Amino acid sequence: MIGVMNSVEAVITSIQGLSASSEDLSALHDLLRGAQDSLRAEPDVNFSILDQLDASKHSLGYLYFLEVLTCGPVSKEKASYEIPIISRFINSCDAGQIRLASDKFVSLCKRLKDHVLELRDPLRGVGPLLTAVQKLQVSTKRLTALHPDLLQLCLQAKSYKSGFSILSDDIVEVDQPKDLFLYCYYGGMICIGLKRFQKALELLYNVVTAPMHQVNAIALEAYKKYILVSLIHNGQFTNSLPKCASTAAQRNFKTFSGPYIELGNCYNDGKIGELEALVVAKSAEFENDKNLGLVKQAVSSLYKRNILRLTQKYLTLSLQDIANMVQLGNAKEAEMHVLQMIQDGQIHALINQKDGMVRFLEDPEQYKSSEMIEVMDSVIQRTIGLSKNLLAMDESLSCDPLYLGKVGRERQRYDFGDDFDTVPQKFSM
Amino acid sequence: MEREDEASGPMMEMCTNGGEETSNRRPIISGEPLDIEAYAALYKGRTKIMRLLFIANHCGGNHAIQLEALRMAYDEIKKGENTQLFRDVVNKIGGRLGDKYGMDSAWCEAVDRRAEQKKGKLENELSSYRTNLIKESIRMGYNDFGDFYYACGMLGDAFKNYIRTRDYCTTTKHIIHMCMNAILVSIEMGQFTHVTSYVNKAEQNPDPLDPIVIAKLRCASGLAHLELKKYKLAARKFLDVNPELGNSYNEVIAPQDIATYGGLCALASFDRSELKQKVIDNINFRNFLELVPEVRELINDFYSSRYASCLEYLASLKANLLLDIHLHDHVDTLYDQIRKKAVIQYTLPFVSVDLSRMADAFKTSVSGLEKELEALITDNQIQARIDSHNKILYARHADQRNATFQKALQMGNEFDRDVRAMLLRANLLKHEYHARSSRKL
Repeated sequence: MIGVMNSVEAVITSIQGLSASSEDLSALHDLLRGAQDSLRAEPDVNFSILDQLDASKHSLGYLYFLEVLTCGPVSKEKASYEIPIISRFINSCDAGQIRLASDKFVSLCKRLKDHVLELRDPLRGVGPLLTAVQKLQVSTKRLTALHPDLLQLCLQAKSYKSGFSILSDDIVEVDQPKDLFLYCYYGGMICIGLKRFQKALELLYNVVTAPMHQVNAIALEAYKKYILVSLIHNGQFTNSLPKCASTAAQRNFKTFSGPYIELGNCYNDGKIGELEALVVAKSAEFENDKNLGLVKQAVSSLYKRNILRLTQKYLTLSLQDIANMVQLGNAKEAEMHVLQMIQDGQIHALINQKDGMVRFLEDPEQYKSSEMIEVMDSVIQRTIGLSKNLLAMDESLSCDPLYLGKVGRERQRYDFGDDFDTVPQKFSM
Repeated sequence: MEREDEASGPMMEMCTNGGEETSNRRPIISGEPLDIEAYAALYKGRTKIMRLLFIANHCGGNHAIQLEALRMAYDEIKKGENTQLFRDVVNKIGGRLGDKYGMDSAWCEAVDRRAEQKKGKLENELSSYRTNLIKESIRMGYNDFGDFYYACGMLGDAFKNYIRTRDYCTTTKHIIHMCMNAILVSIEMGQFTHVTSYVNKAEQNPDPLDPIVIAKLRCASGLAHLELKKYKLAARKFLDVNPELGNSYNEVIAPQDIATYGGLCALASFDRSELKQKVIDNINFRNFLELVPEVRELINDFYSSRYASCLEYLASLKANLLLDIHLHDHVDTLYDQIRKKAVIQYTLPFVSVDLSRMADAFKTSVSGLEKELEALITDNQIQARIDSHNKILYARHADQRNATFQKALQMGNEFDRDVRAMLLRANLLKHEYHARSSRKL
């Protein structure tokens, strides 16, 4: 007994001693990895031990102990006890130290998420996870395993703004494709909640076109939402997937999302009556996918699309004519729709209530103001930056031994001829 | 044969909304009713009979015309050897023209017997020529067979036999002869792809051709393009036909037809400068247009923007054009296109157009005109917008500078999104590939 306690004591002492510099930390890390199993078997290890350690200075050791202590089935009492401890740890821990044991940190945070969901209080987990993600991230361009969990909590807690702050980062590097799917899918839903349809479209597009060998359930759900959001935002539906989508996706998505494709085609025809009838007929399926709200938004966006088309053809139009052409009930409804669109900035118009006439105006943007010049400038800078990234990636890929090996092996298949053979001879098999 | 009740009435049924009269087969005989005898005199051979039958089938309920056409068809068929057509005509007449135009079984049997005999004789001759291997005689033999089948109305066999002469043709003249026969039969059969291919074959001949032959070939190819709905090409072909052709091709087409088809197709498909250059200033074509003064007038009216009178001429011609065997299917499309061109041309020079005056010019209602304009604006054929309150059409010229800025910004944003997505996908692929290789290793 005393010998065993000694080992725990020994571990704690080493933690306290070796947490200062990076060489010490790596030694400590090896030690902890070795001692992990014995610690787990130890029945006397309990939360009071943590009092001997300082979360910010001894983060690595603290993390190991905490992870050992919190493993096991989730229950309500355990949850309410452990949540504040974990939260405090996350807030005060040292980012450098925990990155050494990132998978342990991730599993700890996932535990926090489970607890919070068990107590049905997701909002408690949003703050800590946000901090956790920021500490775990090596760079803002890299996706961590925690991103999807954070977004899931934000969705459940309906705190969309915090979720959106994470989404503003451009993710370029990814460790696990599954994380990306979930991240983009949840991200898309958050953006839909905030009515930022352009960003939602981008995120869902990333899921739909991600490389995959078999049809992925997340991607399929994302595709359904993608169709609906593109109807709401762009006012049109293209039957074919983007060319860069994987072949598995292109072959299989359509079979599983039949009602949505029908909806899209009906929308393209532009008749409100038929669209509404279709929605009613298939409402059970939409309800099952929990997309009914989105579908209703799509239907109301058809009115907007039709009114937008009218602005192309007419200079002035009476409200009654608008109502007739767009199949609204009466002039009052038409007025409300037009007013809404003017406020949203989708059209530029003046409503003359006395005559019941709407006068459509041209876009007043003259592209002459200094703000506009700044906007253009920033877009140009961004484009230049991206082009540089692209070139850099191309160059690094051309030097990648794996890539060169593959091209070398398949040289005969490609038959480049002498002009295009970019791979040195030594790479052929 | 005059029908006073219809002929004296005013112009009926103006072009209201242009192109919507597809279901209206009843001819509106106003202006000039079709003089069947004169019309039929323009043609000879099988096409005369087919045209008369077509008129009989499509003249609506006008029995007088129908019977007249059938009577003339009967007479013409009796001069030939086609008993099948004879039986058809007799059925259609149904005894309405009295006994003189009833079923003449004796004649049918006599003709059929003669045909059998001739066929046997031709076969014998042909087999003897074939054993003797005299190229020229074999060619003549097949030709005669072709002529025989054509006269009996068995067009498929006629075509096959004409084609067989190809192997035995030695001079240019032979080839031309074969091509012309093939073209004739193909037109009668309605297979216009063959027509085009044989016209090409004939034109590819290295020796210079007789101008009449060239003119005939152009007519045939024009007809082929017309049937394939390539109105611009058809117009170009018809406009190039040498006026020396005269009546020499009236087993297929009459010079009046060349004028009508060429004029209407040109009007429907040429732009203004081409119309002036190739039609109005075309001295050769003027000779043809003299034969159909109404077409000439309507082209001139269109060019001088007298749209109301142009559309009136069109309306008056429509009835007769619907009776034409080649133009029948295309009248509506051509009229639609001409009307659209008229509307577009009307609005082109103006910054603003009063819709009520324009409606008067086109003899239509303001709301109908508004709908037409809306369709044209949607198709991007007119750059304008409608002020529905004051009923004015305002020309709208896109501001190039603003449009350019807008497009540039949009393109920048799209590039941004696409490249970021691409970088992400590339990373995913790279990761997957690394994962797979590391697993293999």
